[in-house]
Amino acid sequence: MLGWLSRRNLKDVLAGLLFIAIALILGWQASLLPFGTAMRMDAGYFPLVLSSLLGLLGVANLIKGLVQENDGTAIGFKLVALAPIVVGTMFFALTVRGLGLGPTTFVTAFVSAFASRYFRPLVALGLAGLLSVFCVVVFVYGLGVPLPVFGPWLGN
Amino acid sequence: MDLLDNLALGFSTALGFQNVLYCFVGVLLGTLIGVLPGLGPVATIAMLLPITFGLEPVSAVIMLAGIYYGAQYGGSTTAILINLPGESSSVVTTLDGHQMAKQGRAGAALVTAAVGSFFAGSVAIIVLALFAPPLARFALEFGPPEYFALMVLGLIASVALASGAIIKALAMVVLGLLLGLIGRDLNTALPRMTFDLMAMIDGLQFVAIAMGVFGLGEIIRNLDSEQLSRGTVAKVGRLMLTREEARAIVKPILRGTVLGSILGILPGGGALLASFGAYTVEKKVSATPERFGKGAIEGVAAPESANNAGAQSSFIPMLTLGIPPNPVMALLAGALILHGIQPGPNVISEQPTLFWGLIASMWIGNLMLLILNLPLVGMWVRLASTPYHLLFPVIVVFCCIGVLSVNNATFDVLVMIGAGVIGYILLKLDCEPAPLLLGFILGPMLEEYLRRTLLISRGDPSVFFTRPLSATLLAFAVLLLVLMVLPSIRSRTNEALKE
Repeated sequence: MLGWLSRRNLKDVLAGLLFIAIALILGWQASLLPFGTAMRMDAGYFPLVLSSLLGLLGVANLIKGLVQENDGTAIGFKLVALAPIVVGTMFFALTVRGLGLGPTTFVTAFVSAFASRYFRPLVALGLAGLLSVFCVVVFVYGLGVPLPVFGPWLGN
Repeated sequence: MDLLDNLALGFSTALGFQNVLYCFVGVLLGTLIGVLPGLGPVATIAMLLPITFGLEPVSAVIMLAGIYYGAQYGGSTTAILINLPGESSSVVTTLDGHQMAKQGRAGAALVTAAVGSFFAGSVAIIVLALFAPPLARFALEFGPPEYFALMVLGLIASVALASGAIIKALAMVVLGLLLGLIGRDLNTALPRMTFDLMAMIDGLQFVAIAMGVFGLGEIIRNLDSEQLSRGTVAKVGRLMLTREEARAIVKPILRGTVLGSILGILPGGGALLASFGAYTVEKKVSATPERFGKGAIEGVAAPESANNAGAQSSFIPMLTLGIPPNPVMALLAGALILHGIQPGPNVISEQPTLFWGLIASMWIGNLMLLILNLPLVGMWVRLASTPYHLLFPVIVVFCCIGVLSVNNATFDVLVMIGAGVIGYILLKLDCEPAPLLLGFILGPMLEEYLRRTLLISRGDPSVFFTRPLSATLLAFAVLLLVLMVLPSIRSRTNEALKE
């Protein structure tokens, strides 16, 4: 079974499954809303129609992927590239108000830099330092973005 | 003469000190990102959008527009000198442009690109000034069914022009439409698909989605196939054309300009399609097609003219019909909406300073680019040699700050991260993101026009087919869909786009 599956067009299979999953989640949300009639569409009408359509297209993708032979290209998700970017940006979202723009940009830039295979710690540190100074000067002092340079968590 | 009065108004707006400054900043930034590989106009405009909130709408649009067409100039420089397309629309320029550079004719190639771009840009601006006002007047006659049909056609066309499988592109459009509907319903004020989260009541931020997919998603994909290798920089040489070269580029520039202006207007069109189309045509009409790919100057002149013409003429559908033909225009439409201006047929009559000021600024911007670019070639090349591993952390941080400052909401940053991860997955699964973004912008409008149509017709959908204009538009959409499903044509268009 697994051997057979691995010879299918996995890109289409996965895309199909992804579309079906999103269609189910959004369709469920839409089904909680009043539907109405074609003449007087209520809030749920169009979203439910679209979710069903997305689900159908997802199924079509899935079937297409299962019917087709694998064309030999691997998908190859690279967690090495994905993870540092996600962690770095998450850190930004969660701490920028508490730590302030200066420290947060420094950490975000440094952590993101891990995503490259040419990562060198010292170069990344230097880059992160320069960048955080630049961002503070340009965004806080220059453009007046309402963010603290050093936030309340640091005793300011 | 109405046109002259309007142009006078436009130039008096665009020549104001502030607007000249923003135009300059826009084209300079545009050239910069055009030069830097891995950073496109969509991500840049999304990043800079928050900065423009404090500006007058005219200045904001002038600057953002400058970024788009500036990128078309910048992309060619690195394509020719380092064989590195800074912009996707200059991919074809590498074919002959870099070959010319290798033969020591880099200067000629650069001059050709700059002159072609300037000429094409100027013509496309005239096209815009001449055709946009009548088109807008015509569009004022449109009722809800016509708008609905037009949007369906636009969405189908964006599917047709996406590379890869049609089912996937269709699914991306529908997904975009759905995501666009998240948040409070316009008619009933009910929150929709919000998972009972307060933060989602106003919907997902367009900027966050655009920056997630085109900023973070692209970065991650670039990184997973990262290479350090840098091409050698070719010597620029003399920035002059020989007489034969000058004669050889006249017709390709004219052809590229016409083709680019037309392909820019089409839904799904713009600079990218224009440059590929122009190269293919040039090869077809050439008496010596075997020279292409080996340093044919026509292969630089035509696509470089076409991509700039396409970039300018793609403003027409956005400004007159309110329907953005490509993601960059979708972003600009989003920017206008944030400034309280609804893109559509009323823009020209209600915001004449904005419309004519934008047109005049485009010409001024093109002139600036022509004068600025050639002397600055050395600087651009040095910038383009910046290794990607030093560049992308900067982009990541700018994306975060940019998204955060739109509404000062941390939630938007989380949306961007989510969109980035899903965008990366979709990119890896060969699902092109441009149709999704168009769907996202058009979703609420599409629903609104459908609702109005069916309310007026008392729930009878046949109204779409009894009104001649909407019937014609929908027939085109169906025809397009049928043509796409026919595999022989599909593979041929794919070949043309790959070529």
